[in-house]
Amino acid sequence: MADTGFLPKEKLKDFLEALSKDAVVYAPALEGDIVLFKEYSQGKDLYLDRPANLGPKSIIYPQCETLLSFDFKKNDPEDPKKVDIELKTESNFANTVVFGCRPCDAKGLVIYDKVFIDTDTADPYYKERRDKTTIISFACEAPFAGCFCTAVGGGPADTTGSDVLMTDVGDGFFFEALTEKGKAVLKSVPMQDGASYKEKAQKIKSEAEKKIRNPFPKDATEKLSQKLFDSDEFWEKVVSKCISCGACTYLCPTCYCFNITDEKTKDKGERIRTWDACMFNHFTLETSGHNPRPSKLKRFRNRVGHKFLYYPEKYNGVIACCGCGRCIRYCPASVDISEIVGYLKDPKQK
Amino acid sequence: MALNQNPYMPEMATVTRIIEETPNIKSFQVVFNDKEKMKAFKFQPGQVGQLSVFGVGESTFVINTPPTRMEYLQFSVMKAGEVTSALHNLYEGDQIGVRAPLGNYFPFDRMKGKNILFVGGGIGMAPLRTLILYMLDNREDYKDITIIYGARTPPDLCYKEDIKEWESRKDVNLILTVDAQFPGWEKRVGFVPTVLKEVAPKPDNTVAITCGPPIMIKFVLEGLAELKFPDDQIVTTLEKRMKCGIGLCGRCNIGHKYVCKDGPVFTLRELKELPDEA
Repeated sequence: MADTGFLPKEKLKDFLEALSKDAVVYAPALEGDIVLFKEYSQGKDLYLDRPANLGPKSIIYPQCETLLSFDFKKNDPEDPKKVDIELKTESNFANTVVFGCRPCDAKGLVIYDKVFIDTDTADPYYKERRDKTTIISFACEAPFAGCFCTAVGGGPADTTGSDVLMTDVGDGFFFEALTEKGKAVLKSVPMQDGASYKEKAQKIKSEAEKKIRNPFPKDATEKLSQKLFDSDEFWEKVVSKCISCGACTYLCPTCYCFNITDEKTKDKGERIRTWDACMFNHFTLETSGHNPRPSKLKRFRNRVGHKFLYYPEKYNGVIACCGCGRCIRYCPASVDISEIVGYLKDPKQK
Repeated sequence: MALNQNPYMPEMATVTRIIEETPNIKSFQVVFNDKEKMKAFKFQPGQVGQLSVFGVGESTFVINTPPTRMEYLQFSVMKAGEVTSALHNLYEGDQIGVRAPLGNYFPFDRMKGKNILFVGGGIGMAPLRTLILYMLDNREDYKDITIIYGARTPPDLCYKEDIKEWESRKDVNLILTVDAQFPGWEKRVGFVPTVLKEVAPKPDNTVAITCGPPIMIKFVLEGLAELKFPDDQIVTTLEKRMKCGIGLCGRCNIGHKYVCKDGPVFTLRELKELPDEA
């Protein structure tokens, strides 16, 4: 079995158990009423009915991680004031499989890759985890509230960033390997031949694509109106209800802003990276009191600008939004980025 | 390059000398502990470095010695926040981390054969110092050099040793100013942008390089525009809250440009194409 495979539904857990022999497997699980990626262990229940509230980004790009640690040592008996500092980095990331994320989540990782890997100063922490992780995405049969993946270049069965794509074909799951890593995974576990399901899966996938809404007006241009984008009045109107909680950025599969802080005890310490959010006032606040983005509207404009103008400018037109809809679904104030971008694409509407 | 494979890993360095420039600014002369790395270290005037006080954090400062003087790297630090206060508490001989060089640099090649006008205010003199020293070390490449430098009061002027030397040189036109009358001060009094207009340098074949507090830069840029300096002959170097220093962490961007990586040096023409978030 190499490129495709089939598993009856009742065999899915066997499949995950087989995978967990050689790798740490993360799969979506229901916790209370939210769906999160959890380390899979034998017999654990899966939850595939809807996309996880928080995608798998934290597996590859943890919310909090140690970049380096340091020891303070007094090595010189001649000079008791002198403190030597020893720096250390550690890496112990095991081979990992992310099972059951959605194609939009996988696409988000590709947007990260350009920032963290395709640069002359690649991020070694991100790269190691990315290299050691295999992504098995689960194609969506139908959209969920807020989804608009097709409008930003993705799709419910888009393969970008996935190593394997899994489709629910009724009596079981059809698997397609998309990369060498994906082939290796399919090879490593017993599976039925999938060839006869290929056509059915294709049909399900193209049906799903038709069901995704396009939030942008029909005659919208590809380009955003720079004039409207520059208008404070426009932003004031569309983000007045935003409460700057930053939930959109934490749940977003393409948001990656981070903070770096030091922590220490008497004789050792760590330099720690944590997710941060451009929606917070202090994100850009300088010690002098100067703040280049001092208002909510400037911060929100920067967030939309980053996804739809600045990132595409840097990376060949690629939009840094995967249309997963999480920022719309979970916004406590019902701010809708797709609506805002729709106005920017077709200013006549506003 | 002092950056090793891991761009977050600082190079360990020793503070060899600390100079008290003003009541709240100290300069730190720093040498890498690894002598080979110090010898191999290359950078360009205007590039910055991140200094680490381990356990407190990292902040960005310009390397204000020029690449023509490599016995040590000098950083000037105004005491303002947590990291700068921790730096001010250091003694000579203490260990710090250095990640450098980061960012772009002054287009000093394009400035060859031109008159150079420096307009600096307060700690904003630090990046200008790098370029001034570099140009003085390559004096024949540049025409007239004019330096307008202002601070709040005379004790707030940095680089007093340099100032003495520049005042004594015939090939440097140094104009000092302080914001208000001060006992014993006999030179100019007035804000930097005002003095700039009084001095009224001609824009012909001249590049202006300015750095200072945001409010000063704002009015200096207006002043230079009044003096008819074209946008691509005005160069500034920006400061922002920074963390990673390598264009990843997302806080120092102005539009699609990251001040830490694509900057800190920009021409006014480049800045005008970006959102007004300097």
